[in-house]
Amino acid sequence: MTDTDKAKDSRKIKSVGKMKEIMTTYYIDAKTAEQTGKKVAWITSGGPVEPLIAMDVIPVYPENYGAMIGASKMGGDLCQKAEELGYSGDLCSYARADIVCSMVDGGPIGGLPKPDMLICCNNICGTVLKWYEIQARHYNVPLFILDTPFCHTEYTQESRKYVRAQIDEYTHFLENACKTKFDHDRMKEVGKLSVEGQVLWQEVLDTAMNRPSPMTCFDAFFHLALIVTLRGTQIAVDYYRSLLEEMKQRVADGISAIPHERYRLLWDNLPIWYRVKWMSEKFAAHDACLVADTYTSAWCGQLKYMDEDNFLDSMAEGYTRIYLNIGVDEMIKIVLEMVDKYDVDGFVMHSNRSCKPYSLGQYDIQRAVQKERGIPSVMIESHMIDERSFSESQSETRIDAFMEMIKQKG
Amino acid sequence: MERFNDFYEAVSDTGKYIRNLKNSGKKILGYVCSYTPEEIILAAGIHPVRLFGTEGNIALADAHLQSYTCSLARGVLEGALSGELDYLDGMIFPHTCDTIQRLSDIWRLNTDFGFFSDVVLPVKLDTESAREYMEDVLRKFRSDLEEGMGVTITDGALEKSIEKYNRIRGCLKTIYELRSADPGILTGADVYAIVKGSMIMDRDYLLERLPEVIEMLRDRKPSTDMGKKRIALTGSICNQPDIYTIIEKSGGVVVWDDLCTGSRYFEGLTDTNGDPVAAIANRYIERQICPAKHMSNTSRGDCIVEMVRKNNVQGVIFLLLKFCDPHDFDYPYIKGFLDREDIPSMLLEIEDQLPSEGQLMTRFETFIHML
Ligand code: SF4
Ligand code: SF4
Repeated sequence: MTDTDKAKDSRKIKSVGKMKEIMTTYYIDAKTAEQTGKKVAWITSGGPVEPLIAMDVIPVYPENYGAMIGASKMGGDLCQKAEELGYSGDLCSYARADIVCSMVDGGPIGGLPKPDMLICCNNICGTVLKWYEIQARHYNVPLFILDTPFCHTEYTQESRKYVRAQIDEYTHFLENACKTKFDHDRMKEVGKLSVEGQVLWQEVLDTAMNRPSPMTCFDAFFHLALIVTLRGTQIAVDYYRSLLEEMKQRVADGISAIPHERYRLLWDNLPIWYRVKWMSEKFAAHDACLVADTYTSAWCGQLKYMDEDNFLDSMAEGYTRIYLNIGVDEMIKIVLEMVDKYDVDGFVMHSNRSCKPYSLGQYDIQRAVQKERGIPSVMIESHMIDERSFSESQSETRIDAFMEMIKQKG
Repeated sequence: MERFNDFYEAVSDTGKYIRNLKNSGKKILGYVCSYTPEEIILAAGIHPVRLFGTEGNIALADAHLQSYTCSLARGVLEGALSGELDYLDGMIFPHTCDTIQRLSDIWRLNTDFGFFSDVVLPVKLDTESAREYMEDVLRKFRSDLEEGMGVTITDGALEKSIEKYNRIRGCLKTIYELRSADPGILTGADVYAIVKGSMIMDRDYLLERLPEVIEMLRDRKPSTDMGKKRIALTGSICNQPDIYTIIEKSGGVVVWDDLCTGSRYFEGLTDTNGDPVAAIANRYIERQICPAKHMSNTSRGDCIVEMVRKNNVQGVIFLLLKFCDPHDFDYPYIKGFLDREDIPSMLLEIEDQLPSEGQLMTRFETFIHML
């Protein structure tokens, strides 16, 4: 091994293998649920999974599947097929790809296991409402909608009462669907594990405050999978505990995520899944490390509302006030906090045609960041898993110009 | 049409119409969605006006909304930023789609018209807790409006306002029914002007004027059958009066619609017994839904098929604004419902501007010819 190979090897995050193992086991369990007599629920990424775990229902995430489709560059083809079914090419590419996999088939791992029920929480977007209605018609299974009113400026009393009432409706729905009583004791344990997992995930992300950072947001996109899919389980807690240890060790050993970290950047919006590697190499070549992002922190940003001893009550608020369900001005506050916390030199915004709630408002956020912190920013446009929408040369030119600006400043 | 000059004028120069109204001492509140509780606004003595987006080019809004935003949202914001909507004393955003949700934030952060309110209605309408929440939100809106505009809204005023809206909506529905029974009695452009005008013009004036229109239509001799094919439109808004004329030139005639600037505006009456706010909430729950709301998984499809049957519609035209997610998601399934019933349909996607008349004629003619 040459020296650089050695250095390269030491920079690899060792937990990756473990993560792949866990996810493989998880998908095998989900795909064999029918044989093992377990129920499968499809749930939105921002949805409250904990009651499902408490009821021993296997949660399956079409959005996680969407990311997988994107990473394996199957998105363009599936999205094209969705258009042939009449779904406009302007719709969320996760939704388009998933719908096609259900209706026509195709996609990685031979498709998702059929749902016994659908759980849709609209705290991330209105897209999921329409998407889950489509799946409810297709599979003809019960659909539960957790309606979390948008918090433009506040979480109102009216909304508090409404969401709390729906949490009880949710547990009743599960009792009906599973034909067993809701296990409140088990729920308490799951609630505690969920909070514990979220705390650990936040601590993992926080290690990026170090200079040099032991991880990039591209790593975070990958390691995010468990906090999304297995939140509330011991598996997730154990995994993030060991990942945190690894990150701390890297910091102690001075191992950086990229060879020469000179510039630190913040990422906004979902990843461009089919371009993660290209992006990370592109920025690394400029000695720029994307240390943090607004996306992966969305699965622990509500900890302040969560009470592990009173999980079901507090979860109503926690799930309603997530990053995508708040006003642009509150998003600006959070972005500015991240700019300071991770001490970044620039802001990379993915203007994601797939995701209107995340992307509309970005121009205002961009201006606020420029005004308040005076750091350069760049906007890259795509549909997150429809690779046909991505212009490499245009993105490259923009990134290069943006990095020039940063270099001149610093 | 001369007979409806008042409507045509209000629609073609809304700014002029509203400014006149304002000069007479009225306060003006804008809104963009058919779930706006206009009854409460009117009961406060305030004039509600529905905004349809600028007629001019979009320039200023491009600094806030990406190109993949529907033309309605971009157009409305343009109007606000360019000064075209200077007459507004405030704005109301009921929660509808992801786009309007963000438009509301952007509006709040970049404009200053005085009153501002987000009416964050429930998205699902099929549970008791959602109904209660709907009511709670409407009550909150009522008190926010009282506080923000320095007015009191008594139950008596609200009941009167509900009664007025029931009459206005009833009239619009009657006009639709008369047209459906005999499409020759007035042109599509006339109906468009009347319905759109009804969201703009002084409501007391409408209370006098709409019954006159109905009487006039009832007095008309039945038109001789023109052999035109009966068409229904479905979608969000139709801001393009030319569409009706082009459809007529192509051998069709619009007899009904499922548009938020059409039947979704007037369908369903509000109960005049019992608590007025609860009654408004109940109307929203019972009314034909818009695709941004959830009722049952098939309620829109069922409603549209029923509309077709009831009005002997021969073909349906989907009129969808580009980048409108809720309608785009519903399109394949509703088309599927129509296909199952052997009802032909075509899709027209509208960007900022309509395609040229010639091109549209060809598409409509081809479609209508096959009916
Ligand atoms: S990417 Fe955006 S629009 Fe698509 S499901 Fe996620 S939050 Fe919704
Ligand atoms: S529902 Fe459709 S047309 Fe209406 S504002 Fe939303 S995206 Fe635009």
